[in-house]
Amino acid sequence: MSGIAVLASEGDTWSPPSLAEFFPPAIFFEGTPLQIDRINLIGFLMTGLVALFFVMAFRNPQVVPGRLQNVGEVAVDFVRTFIADEILGKEGKKYAPYLATLFFMILAFNITGITPLLNMPVNARIGYPVFLAITSYVVFNWAGIAKQGVGTYFKGNLFIPGVPKVMYVLLTPIEALSTFVLRPVTLSLRLMVNMLAGHLMLVLFFSAAWYFIFFPNHFLQPVLGIGVFGAGFAFTLFELLIVVIQAYIFTLLTAVYIAGAVSEHH
Amino acid sequence: MDPVNLAEVTGSVAAIGYGLAAIGPGVGIGIVVGKAIEGMARQPEMTGVLRTNMFLGIAFTEALALIGVGLGFVWQG
Repeated sequence: MSGIAVLASEGDTWSPPSLAEFFPPAIFFEGTPLQIDRINLIGFLMTGLVALFFVMAFRNPQVVPGRLQNVGEVAVDFVRTFIADEILGKEGKKYAPYLATLFFMILAFNITGITPLLNMPVNARIGYPVFLAITSYVVFNWAGIAKQGVGTYFKGNLFIPGVPKVMYVLLTPIEALSTFVLRPVTLSLRLMVNMLAGHLMLVLFFSAAWYFIFFPNHFLQPVLGIGVFGAGFAFTLFELLIVVIQAYIFTLLTAVYIAGAVSEHH
Repeated sequence: MDPVNLAEVTGSVAAIGYGLAAIGPGVGIGIVVGKAIEGMARQPEMTGVLRTNMFLGIAFTEALALIGVGLGFVWQG
């Protein structure tokens, strides 16, 4: 964890983790817009691993699946059954590939937060969730327009049927804001802030444990440090839960938005 | 005339603000999950649908608390 590296060099002063955690020094192309640092490299690594896994699993599919294909099928089938089919019904098959890609990309970008040696959730950088949210935004709007036509889609979303005409003065701006602005914003913010807060908690626990154990001011502090380390370990397990739930929620919300866009009546 | 400080708050105001901001979503998530579990206990065959909708409700409620976390960092006055 980079917070611990900082502590080790500073000696016995302890400072709480800050946002500087998420902006490590650049490694390549420093000063250019394409600057690449540790977090970007982790992003490339996880993208490569996810791509490699699915290519290996489904490169040569057999009727009786091999070991890797079996794991891949269980993984894809999870998204298909519990997200795509459950929310979208018979439309689910069409959107299952996008939802599965989304789920496993987010999972891979989140899980690096608790992977030893990597220790940094890629999604804590706002750019990654924003890009994923933009793709979701394009997909659900495109799905609605393709299914209903441009006019019907926007009319159905902005002018809710069965409401007195006067109410549109109030309702249309609210609907426009919540459907076309707040949806992508909350999608990306929810994911990013969850990962950021989780990472800061872990840095806090482990850097405090390091400080208590190796630079004690009092003979009881190492004991406290071991307790804090245990709490940090428990939080790592809790983070594992959060990582999976956030990937699930992002994908689930995308599916719900697509379902809302393709359903005939609003 | 000099302004007189009648009450002064020092330290992390953001932490107090986040504490206040967490009350609402905390109660909200409690209600969402509690009602979902109540529903599952009454009608176990509806568990799948209820669980999915429970996560949706949590996601919407939780967003408020998370905006609170974010604002503390954005607005470090």
